[in-house]
Amino acid sequence: MTAVDLARMQFAFTAGFHILWPTFTIGIAWFVTLLSFLWWRTGKLVYRDLMRFWMRIFALGFGMGVITGIVLSYEIGTNWAGYSRAASNVLGPLFVYETLTAFFLEAGFVGIMLFGEGKVGKGPHFFACLMVACGALFSATWIIAANSWMQTPAGAVADANGVFHVTDWWQVIFTSSFPYRLAHMVCASFLTGSFIVAGVSAWHLWRRQHVEASRTAFSLAMWLALIAAPTQIVLGDMHGRNTLAEQPVKLAAMEGLWDTTRGPGMTVIAWPDMSEQRNLYALDIPHLASLYLTHSWDGEVKGLKTVAPADQPNVPVVFFAFRIMAGIGVLLLAVAITGLVLRVRGRLFATRWFQLLAMATTPLGFIAVVAGWTVTEAGRQPWVVYGQLRTMDAVSPVSTGAVASSLIAFFLIYNVLLLSFFWFGARIALKGPTDTSPPTREHPGLDRINTRALVDTTGARTTGSIEQAGA
Amino acid sequence: MTELMHAHYIPLVFAAVVAFCVTVYVLADGLDLGVGIIFLVAPREEDRDLMMASIEPVWDGNETWLVMGGTLLIAAFPAGYYILLPAFYLPVMLMLFALIFRGVAFGFRLQARRFRYVWDIAFSAGSIVATMCQGLILGGLIEGVPVANGMFAGGPFSFLSLLGVLCGVGLIGGYALMGAGWLIWKAEGRTQIFAREIAHAALLLTAFMMALVSLWSAWSVPEVAARWFAWPGILALAPVPLVTLAVIVALWRGIWTGAEPRTFILSLVLFALGLIGLVVSLWPYVVPRAVTVWDGASDPQTLAFISVGLVVVLPIVLSYQAHAYWVFRGKTVVHEGGYGD
Repeated sequence: MTAVDLARMQFAFTAGFHILWPTFTIGIAWFVTLLSFLWWRTGKLVYRDLMRFWMRIFALGFGMGVITGIVLSYEIGTNWAGYSRAASNVLGPLFVYETLTAFFLEAGFVGIMLFGEGKVGKGPHFFACLMVACGALFSATWIIAANSWMQTPAGAVADANGVFHVTDWWQVIFTSSFPYRLAHMVCASFLTGSFIVAGVSAWHLWRRQHVEASRTAFSLAMWLALIAAPTQIVLGDMHGRNTLAEQPVKLAAMEGLWDTTRGPGMTVIAWPDMSEQRNLYALDIPHLASLYLTHSWDGEVKGLKTVAPADQPNVPVVFFAFRIMAGIGVLLLAVAITGLVLRVRGRLFATRWFQLLAMATTPLGFIAVVAGWTVTEAGRQPWVVYGQLRTMDAVSPVSTGAVASSLIAFFLIYNVLLLSFFWFGARIALKGPTDTSPPTREHPGLDRINTRALVDTTGARTTGSIEQAGA
Repeated sequence: MTELMHAHYIPLVFAAVVAFCVTVYVLADGLDLGVGIIFLVAPREEDRDLMMASIEPVWDGNETWLVMGGTLLIAAFPAGYYILLPAFYLPVMLMLFALIFRGVAFGFRLQARRFRYVWDIAFSAGSIVATMCQGLILGGLIEGVPVANGMFAGGPFSFLSLLGVLCGVGLIGGYALMGAGWLIWKAEGRTQIFAREIAHAALLLTAFMMALVSLWSAWSVPEVAARWFAWPGILALAPVPLVTLAVIVALWRGIWTGAEPRTFILSLVLFALGLIGLVVSLWPYVVPRAVTVWDGASDPQTLAFISVGLVVVLPIVLSYQAHAYWVFRGKTVVHEGGYGD
């Protein structure tokens, strides 16, 4: 293991862990903002109950995001001094703007969002939620601008010492891959968020608890998923075609395509063997890749062999990560469409197997996001600034032992945190919202907790249960 | 001619902005790290609940200034970023680990019932370790780091020095003083009495360590001694230690009898004086005695681009941060079932 490998492992691990939380907070923050708005405008208690419930879950994830993000902002200096020296003129300002317009905005209003409901009015509370949600979005915008510059650099030239100097800020921020990356990531956050809300609501529907709140949340989540899932597939296709134009080697690795081909087929599954420079056990569908990549029957797609093996990324990693991401995307679309069919038939809240399915899909968005980032980051190797700065020239002059020991510490600490988050997050989620809305007329009692007691016992217990439920 | 003037003054302006951000970080996060430092010494569970509640809505904004300092350094003085961070690899990493535990403790402690003490310890130990690491970095900075060919050229433990340990203990005392001052202001009754008691002890430690660190760095780093004791500079610099002494006396007299915000405000002044002393000792270097602010500054077009953001956005940031403190003004009250429910 060299210091480069260890630093790469450390960055991959800490960045991969961090990315979970912005994904989580972008989606949930906008959901809470929507609920705060609905509570403000309609005054329906169900929205307030849901807002408070999702805010508690949001708070846990938000803390994780802040803390793991601070780590990254310093890790670039500690582990990647060569990169910092080369790219600071270009990327430093983007990080400053991220702090100024995003982190401060989130931090300045998250206190009011989480703890200020009793101290400010409904309108200002909605405004605080909106600012936190916007902050999360701005943060993604700046960091993806920085990442896109590293993938498709423009607007800057390197001098004899390899230090980049900016010639055009507009080009630096709005690089050719930036819009696709940003849209793809933001949509992924909304999609992941909608399946978290759907999964947790499905759990309560399945248990026949908090029925009114869970129905409201489940319905909202399935509408959002129905919009986000197909949008995400269209955005992914656009992003893929941009990669074909800008980073052909990465795209060839995603497709497992070794030779430059006219009208390439889609490799459904295979084992890409880097030493033999070909696929083993391949299952191909003729011309299909040509159709979705070039939108023509006989388009030309460059293969991996256009560059020397030393300049190729790790093909199996990129190949399988891409299949995991795309497979989950299609699966989530299928679930969203199934939800629509059930809704049209009036069975969205009553279909037991669909509730189980919604619960099972809860973590899939996160897996797809990590897989997607693996594709984009592993796929551009061996470059840290694509075609300009090699990863091996970007590391710090620090000892292997120091990097190795901090990597082990990160691994242990992050796993403890994740387990704690699951423990506390699950406890809040399973307990559900404090349901203070009045019972609905057509199914008195059914919308409350402790429904079993309501159904089969005496009137005295029924009253008690309603009081308990309303407390 | 004007271009030469720009090349001279613009790095100075940015050095001032970086110093401002570091100052805000130390003053703001210092108070909540300080609450964490004295957390386990508090005698009752309800004291700890109130201590946590008093900083819960603002700690996140305070800590963001740490990110601001780091990102501003890479953007404005990259040499300071890519030389100093590898030089302080271990204390920086250890500080981050400590801040992780401390940060998640806010959320997790509230949810935990039976094992709440685990998160109490994570919060307090995290605060103490993070402060100690900041002290180690500070001490290493005063002593200087080995640089060759524009890159850090030492080993993983070359940051370690006695001065760093002394700075760490001094910072622990100083942050504890600030945290106690904050609690005298935000708490009532028994918690306030506890805060006054601990403020006394913290002040003694802080004053002692400030004197020790000043003398030790003058003795062990000749450049620092030359800066402070050369004639006629000594006349201009003499007010700094004299005012510091006056502030310490005023703090001592005001802890039990003064107005409630007094201890907190004076502890901020004390820290500001300490930072002025630090600037005097280190000026004009980004990397002490290796890279000056003029050699280490970014491209002019990079500085111009961030200055737009700083001029337009930073005042807005400061105003809504002040607003967040204003919303939660007055005595902190702990509600049933959690700090903020």
